[in-house]
Amino acid sequence: MSPLPISAAFRSLTTAMLKGFFRDKMAFFFAILFPLMFLVLFGGIFGNQGSSKAEIVQVGKVAVLDDAPPAAQKVFEQTLDIERTTSEAHAIREVRKGDADAAVLQRGDEVIVRFSRADQVKAATVQGIFSSIVQSANVSATGQPPRFSLATQQVEDESLSAIQFFTPSLMGWAIASGATFGAATNLVVWRRNGLLRRLRLAPVRTSSIVLARVSVSIAIALVQAAIFIGIGMAFFGLKLTGAWPMIIPLLTAGTLAFMAIGLLAGSVSKSEEAAVGISNFVVLPMAFLSGSFFPLDGAPGYITAIGRVLPLKHLNDGMLDTMVRGEGPSSALVPLAVLLGFTVVLTAAAATLFRWDD
Amino acid sequence: MTYGAVKAVDGVSFTVEPGEFFGLLGPNGAGKTTTLEIVEGLRKPHAGTARIDDVDPATRAPGLMRRIGVQLQSSSFFERLTAREQLDTFGALYDVPRGRSDALLEQVGLTDKADIRTEDLSGGQKQRLSIACALVHEPDVVFLDEPTAALDPQARRNLWDLLRSLNDSGRTVVLTTHYMDEAEALCDRVAIMDAGRILELDTPAALVRGLDAPVRITVLVDGEEQVIETRDPGRALADLAEHGALDGLSVKGATLEDVFLHLTGREYRA
Ligand SMILES: Nc1ncnc2c1ncn2[C@@H]1O[C@H](COP(=O)(O)OP(=O)(O)O)[C@@H](O)[C@H]1O
Ligand SMILES: [Mg+2]
Repeated sequence: MSPLPISAAFRSLTTAMLKGFFRDKMAFFFAILFPLMFLVLFGGIFGNQGSSKAEIVQVGKVAVLDDAPPAAQKVFEQTLDIERTTSEAHAIREVRKGDADAAVLQRGDEVIVRFSRADQVKAATVQGIFSSIVQSANVSATGQPPRFSLATQQVEDESLSAIQFFTPSLMGWAIASGATFGAATNLVVWRRNGLLRRLRLAPVRTSSIVLARVSVSIAIALVQAAIFIGIGMAFFGLKLTGAWPMIIPLLTAGTLAFMAIGLLAGSVSKSEEAAVGISNFVVLPMAFLSGSFFPLDGAPGYITAIGRVLPLKHLNDGMLDTMVRGEGPSSALVPLAVLLGFTVVLTAAAATLFRWDD
Repeated sequence: MTYGAVKAVDGVSFTVEPGEFFGLLGPNGAGKTTTLEIVEGLRKPHAGTARIDDVDPATRAPGLMRRIGVQLQSSSFFERLTAREQLDTFGALYDVPRGRSDALLEQVGLTDKADIRTEDLSGGQKQRLSIACALVHEPDVVFLDEPTAALDPQARRNLWDLLRSLNDSGRTVVLTTHYMDEAEALCDRVAIMDAGRILELDTPAALVRGLDAPVRITVLVDGEEQVIETRDPGRALADLAEHGALDGLSVKGATLEDVFLHLTGREYRA
């Protein structure tokens, strides 16, 4: 006998469960590809919104743009996409076709901005930008330093670019449903095919079986996170800004909490279909109410109030804070505490409903 | 042992000797599985005790669990693993050294299915693998719950050979079945169960003898089938031979089925 009989059993159970998961095309699809599809979709649909620049066609020389000080040039680069041409007619045509948002030219001391009303938001943006460009040019022409300055700060997730918001939020949903479905179906299948009882007759501790299942679920969550973040960074310009290594304890606590929900669903389900149905019924509405699919900034108060008692909302908050809102590690503490609290309570509930056989 | 209001097993008492091939025979719902699971320690009886070598199986003592091999009525496999991977996994649970799986696959005739996933095995192959999983740790006592249920006759006979070889190698085998012929062919002793009770317990031969049933002799006389029932088949056959009337002869002694019919007074409904 080896000195650690548990570890051989633990290792082989973990291997068996991992093989079972990665060979199950449906489980793999729903845990990884399906949420990723949303990321690609949302990243694509809303991708250009947050960071979109106004597209300008500049005709000839425009002093307020060309002769602006370097600091101002830098701001232009961030807000304007400038194409240069010598033909006014060409510039107007571009604007008409919608290929550019505005054409800009200078006659004497007059800066002329020509825009289309087709996209009124863009039209207003362009007018705003140029009126402030012209004003600051006027101020600097007086030779006086400006007295007032403007500082802006974002307050809501609407100001996060789409990918920055969706990667953590969809990831939270993916991890939550992966853990729930995994635990629920595993429990029902093993109870129905007798494997639970068969394992009871082997000299393994129940704790090594549970530990193996927990480890596998956490491993799957890590794979989900790695793929999400990898794709977000590689294709959609995702930038991790906060104490992002905290996503590891966060996803661990999240996995535990949602496995407990899955155990509860599996304990009350007679069939695999019922387990999947109950899991869906719990996780999907929770994902909406927790802001996994869209920000809840504009939602009525009672929606946000419901969100506060949902574990997924806290998982999402922790992920957003540490991945994209630039917060430090301590911002994960409250979500971690809440998720572990859910784990304890829900596991206790599942334990009272647990059955070895049908 | 009761499930709610159902009394599944009531007043059942028996002892299995080391090295014996013991059968629990009865129709579906007789209480065979319940009885076996009490002995394995999976169920706690509301009254009474089970002991394996003086150890209470319900304690799940690791020493005992290493000595018993169990095949449950349902095929209990890990999902999407191959035959060899199932055996490797079960082997690790019993902490047996790796590398025994191929020998086990050969023992149950599944060598060419080693890399096939269990979901793709036939019913008979699943049963064989399930038995192999019960043998990974070379147990002294093997419990098999209806290992041949739902198999075609060919597969059933093949499995019989395997079961006999288990017993021949010195293991104690306890098996449940609802096939009379199977109990008769395999078991040293048989307990006939119905409605949660043991009706009779003895060797198959003694059970049939105890019935003292007449032998049925069938012959063809002028193309007509004639049936003679007699308790002295030797004399009857000698008489028939004397008259040269042995055309189409068939002799049928009583079987366990007759014993069962006699005991329950009703048709056997497997
Ligand atoms: N889990 C259970 N819940 C309720 N009744 C059960 C359960 N298991 C078995 N029974 C009932 O107990 C009786 C004996 O069942 P069982 O031991 O499975 O018989 P057998 O194995 O001989 O077919 C049957 O009437 C069956 O319906
Ligand atoms: Mg049964």
